Amino acid sequence: MKLRLPLFAAFFLAGSIFGAQDAEIDLVLKIGPEGAHNAEATQAVAMLAKAPAEQLPRLLFAMNPANEIAANYLRSAVDAVVDRTLAAKGKLPVSEIRAFLLNTGNNPRARRLAYEILVRVVPAEAAQLMAGFANDPSVELRYDAVDLLIQAAAKQKEAKENDAALKAYQTALNAARDQKQIEKIAGELRALGTAVDLPRHFGFLTHWRVIGPFDNTALAGFDVVYPPEKEFVPAAEYDGKAGKVRWMEVATGEEYGKLDLNPPLGELKGVTGYASTVFNSPIEGPAELRLGCKNGWKIWFNGDFVFGRDEYHRGARIDQYRLPVTLKMGANTILLKVCQNEDVQDWTREWEFQLRVCDATGTAILATDRPPTPPAEPKAKSKAPSAKK
Amino acid sequence: MKAPFTRSLWLPLSLLTFPYALPAADWLQFRGPGGSSVSQESGLPTALSESVLAWKSPLPGRGISSPLIIGERLYVTASSGPDQDRLHVLCLSAADGTKIWERQFWATGRTMTHPKIGVATSTPCSDGKRIFAAFSSNDVVCLDLEGGLVWMRGLTRDYPNASNSLGMASSPLVTGDTVVFPVESDSESFAIGLNAKDGSNRWKIARPKRSNWASPVEFGGGVALLSAAGLSVVDPATGKEKWAFGGGSSTPSVTFAEGILYVPAKGTTALRPPSSGAEPEVIWQNNQALCSTVSPVVHKGRLYTVNNAGILKCSAAKDGEKVWQLRTTGPYSATPVAAGDLLYMVNEKGLVQAIDTTAPEGAVVSTLDLQDTFIGTPSIGPKALYLRSDKFLYRLGGSLGK
Repeated sequence: MKLRLPLFAAFFLAGSIFGAQDAEIDLVLKIGPEGAHNAEATQAVAMLAKAPAEQLPRLLFAMNPANEIAANYLRSAVDAVVDRTLAAKGKLPVSEIRAFLLNTGNNPRARRLAYEILVRVVPAEAAQLMAGFANDPSVELRYDAVDLLIQAAAKQKEAKENDAALKAYQTALNAARDQKQIEKIAGELRALGTAVDLPRHFGFLTHWRVIGPFDNTALAGFDVVYPPEKEFVPAAEYDGKAGKVRWMEVATGEEYGKLDLNPPLGELKGVTGYASTVFNSPIEGPAELRLGCKNGWKIWFNGDFVFGRDEYHRGARIDQYRLPVTLKMGANTILLKVCQNEDVQDWTREWEFQLRVCDATGTAILATDRPPTPPAEPKAKSKAPSAKK
Repeated sequence: MKAPFTRSLWLPLSLLTFPYALPAADWLQFRGPGGSSVSQESGLPTALSESVLAWKSPLPGRGISSPLIIGERLYVTASSGPDQDRLHVLCLSAADGTKIWERQFWATGRTMTHPKIGVATSTPCSDGKRIFAAFSSNDVVCLDLEGGLVWMRGLTRDYPNASNSLGMASSPLVTGDTVVFPVESDSESFAIGLNAKDGSNRWKIARPKRSNWASPVEFGGGVALLSAAGLSVVDPATGKEKWAFGGGSSTPSVTFAEGILYVPAKGTTALRPPSSGAEPEVIWQNNQALCSTVSPVVHKGRLYTVNNAGILKCSAAKDGEKVWQLRTTGPYSATPVAAGDLLYMVNEKGLVQAIDTTAPEGAVVSTLDLQDTFIGTPSIGPKALYLRSDKFLYRLGGSLGK
C-alpha cells in the first residue's frame, strides 16, 4: 500500500497537480542561515496561512525540499489552515493527505503532521493506519506503532501465551529504534528466557584500538595535534604524558557500547586519548555516526575532520550527537579523540564514549566483518574493557 | 500552618519612603515587570486553600517556563515527543484555562537536558504585540498574539556548538526592537541581539565559555548579562559593554529596584550603576544573603533571598542588614513572587506558601499543597496567581469565568 517516490519526483507531482510552485512557497524555501530571507518569508507565510484547505497537500509537499527552518514556517501555515477550516466546520482534502502520509518518500516529519491531521478528522481510519508504521522512516510514527506491538505482546504475556509473547516481543524489538522502548522489550525478552544482543541491535562499534594518554593540562590538549591525528601506524610508539605510548586493542561488551578509557590508558586527569577503528560498510551512501560522550571530543571519518566539542562532564546519552557522513563500500576509518579534564570530583572520573553507525531512522548499519559482541562483564567491572598490548 | 496577618509599625513609613505608583501590568517576561518578581496587582488570594484553585488545565507536553499574561490571555510553552523535539506555544484563556490556539514547531537543535528541566525551560517574552519563545534547542520563535508565525531562528543550526548537555535555561528579553538572548555554554558561548521584526542578527558578542542559566535583566538603558564569571552590562542596541563587575553566579539572575542592582554574588552584592562608563559603586555585600538557585526579590524596601535549606532571609535593601529569617518548606527552584504584603513561594513538590512579609519575623500564613512538581516561577495577573507544573497550568484566585 505504501509508495516510495524520490523527493524531487513527489515535489514535481505536487506541482503538476496543484499548479506551479507559487511565489510564497518559493520565498519560504529561500530561508537561509542566520535569518537570511526571513523578512520575505514572514510575509509569504502570512499569505500561505490564509490559503484554502485544498492547498494543504501543496504545503505538505513543499516540506520535502525545505530545510528545517523553512519546514517549520510551512508547518505553521498548515496548522493555521487546518485550525481555521475545522473551526468553520469546513472539509479537509482527506484523500490527498492520506496519500501524502502513505508515501514513505515524503518528509518524515511532514508525514507525521499529515497523520495528526487525519487523527483530527478521521480518527478511526488513522488508528487503523497506525499498525502499518512499525518499520516506518518517521521516528514518531514508528514509535507509536511499536507501542502497539508492545501492548499486544504484553496481553499475550498476561494470557500466559509465552511462545506467542516471545515472538511478539521479538517483532517489536526488530522494529524499535527508541532507547526506552528497546530497554523495555529487552527486559521482557530476557524475562522470557531469551538473550538479547543490544550492542548489535543498536550497531555500537565494540572493537577499537586506543592510544594515550597525551597531555590535556588546562584543556590545551584539545587543540594540540598529537601524532595519531597525523598518521595511523599500528606499531608506532610515541611520547605520552606518562611515558611511551602505543596502540592497544580493546573491546567492550557493555550493553550500550560504552568504551571506558580509564583501564587501558590509566586513570589520569588532564589527559587525552585516541580510539580508532575500521568500519567495513555493506553499503555506500549517507549514514550517521551517533556519539554519546561527556568528555571533550573530536572525530575524523575517512581522514576528514567531522566535528569536535569541548564540553566536559555535562552528561551523555545514546545518540547525543548525530553526525552525517557518507559511507564508502568497504573500509571506512574512524578516529576519535577523547579528552579528560582536571576536575577532581568523583563524577568527573568518567572518560568514555559510545559510537554507532546507523541510518537517519536509527537503524543499525552493521559492518560486514562485525565481530561477535564480547560478553558483558559483571556490573562492578563493566567499566573495564579487556585490553591487550 | 495558618496565622493571622500582622503588620509591623515600620510599614507605613516604608510606604512613604518608596513610592509605589506603578499601575498593574501584564506579565511579559520571566519574573514579570522588569524581571522584578513583583506585581502591583491587588485582590490575589491571601488565604490559600483548595477553594482558591479556580482551574487546572492540562498541557500537551513538559516544561518549566512561566506563563506570560497579556490581557485576558495566557501564553505558555511546552515540549513533547519521544525525543522532546516538538516545541509547543499555547494561548489559553485566563478566565477558564481553555485553549485558544496552539502552534507546534520541530526542534532544530539538540534536545538533551537534565531530567529536572526540559526543552521548554526558558520563559518567553513579549512586547505586548508579539511573543518571543525560546527553547533549550536554541530555537527561537516569534508569533503574533493570534498564533501567526512572524519568524523563527535555529541558533544551533547557525552555531553548531552552541548547546549545553544539561540544557539551556536563560530566558530572552525584548527591549525596543531587539530580542536579547544569552546562549552560554562550555563550548560555543555568546549573547545575541535579534531584530524583533525578522529575527536577523543585530549583534552577537562572545560570552565566557562556561555553562550559564541566568537570565538578562534590563535597567537604566542597559541589559545585565550575568554568569559565574561576572556581570556585564551591555547596550541592547549594539551589544557593546557599558560596564562590568567581577562577581556573579550561573543560575539566579540580578534584580533591579529603586536605582540599585542586586547581584547574586558573594551572597548578595548591591551595586549602584555608574553614570558614565566608570566602575559601579559597591553599596554593600552580605555573604549571608545567599541566593542558591532562586533570584533575589526586592519589595517595599526589603530584599528576600532563599537558600538551599529553604531559609527565607529578609534583609534591608538599603544596607543588607538582616531583618528576619524564616524557615520555609523547600526545596525550591522557583523564585518567589510578591504582591501587596505577601510573598508567594512554591516548592518543587507543589507546596504553595503565602508569606506575610510584614510579620515581625515573617510568617507562613497559609499553604496549599498542589501535589505536583513545580520548578518554574509563578506569574501574577489580575486577582490571580498562575503556576505551571510539568503537566498542568493552575490558576489560584478569582473564580471560574470572572
